[in-house]
Amino acid sequence: MMFRRIFPHPLLTLILWAIWLLLNNSIDPGHIVLGGALAVFIPWLTSSYWPEQINIRRPWKLVHYILYVLWDILIANVIVAKLILGPQKKLNPGFLHYELQLTSPVGISLLANTISLTPGTVSCDLTEDRRYLLIHALHIDDVAEIKAEIYRKFEKPLLEIFVVC
Amino acid sequence: MLNLALSIAFVMVAIAILLSFIRLIIGPSVPDRILALDTLYINTIALLILLGINLQSALYFEAALLIAVMGFMGTLALSKYLLRGDIME
Amino acid sequence: MLEWTLAILILLGAFFTLVGSIGLFKLPDFYMRLHGPTKASTLGVGAILVASAIHFSLKTDGVSLHEILVTLFLFITAPVSAHLMAKAAIHIKVKQVDRTRQLEK
Repeated sequence: MMFRRIFPHPLLTLILWAIWLLLNNSIDPGHIVLGGALAVFIPWLTSSYWPEQINIRRPWKLVHYILYVLWDILIANVIVAKLILGPQKKLNPGFLHYELQLTSPVGISLLANTISLTPGTVSCDLTEDRRYLLIHALHIDDVAEIKAEIYRKFEKPLLEIFVVC
Repeated sequence: MLNLALSIAFVMVAIAILLSFIRLIIGPSVPDRILALDTLYINTIALLILLGINLQSALYFEAALLIAVMGFMGTLALSKYLLRGDIME
Repeated sequence: MLEWTLAILILLGAFFTLVGSIGLFKLPDFYMRLHGPTKASTLGVGAILVASAIHFSLKTDGVSLHEILVTLFLFITAPVSAHLMAKAAIHIKVKQVDRTRQLEK
């Protein structure tokens, strides 16, 4: 209980500390102490703006997911570069609705960000009831394939990471 | 070797900036111009970092960081303005 | 050897930045133009920043990691601003190219 009061968001504290050290580009003892103090103080000061706790069930899975997405971004860019430099008459753009199974807000925003960064798709809008994501695709060959790929690559691992609060 | 690569990279990024600038001028719609500004600041970051490597100075990095933060805010504010007709709620 | 790695990273970065802007320049409608800058430019700048990190780590003693910060920041913010711009464009009904398909749920 005491721990929760001093560190309302332990993850945020760690991230802030790391950012402070990176910004100063040094690991002097002075910066470690000052950054540590700020990292404890800022989450405490702003905790009323962060009402909900973020539940991450398997942190290692999240790290694995991020590395996987980074790799996918590399491949995606080669594909997009080809599409952009190729003849544009061949491109078949379109809007598609993707049905979400994720319910946690953090999970949904992470999925939308991932979709925007990977091949030929940008997430444009979320319906009011949070059930469909409107996606614009640069080139559609087969809609079912795009949806299946998003589910297999991104939504399934995210479903395992974020539990419903 | 590094100097040659840097020179080529400078030319490429300069062309990129020119292209986004043309898009900024011809539009045709408002979101197009916002997108062109967004691209312009990302390209500027690339140019500044290249300049930093070329002049062997880490000072330009700070400017790049500021441009990244301010550019993001600018894009957000402009899009929000189009969406709601108001920035603050 | 390391100089080669740096040169390749810088050239790759500049190339992707250029591809992003070419996409912005030549694609026919706003929604398609959105794809170029959000993906290609972000990766291009990321590659250049990694090259800068390696360069300054070698030149000075100790590592220089604060370039990672800008890279991370760009990778987090690019999709967010793309999403908002797309939302704004849909809101004010920006024209789409005729062959855009509308796929229902």
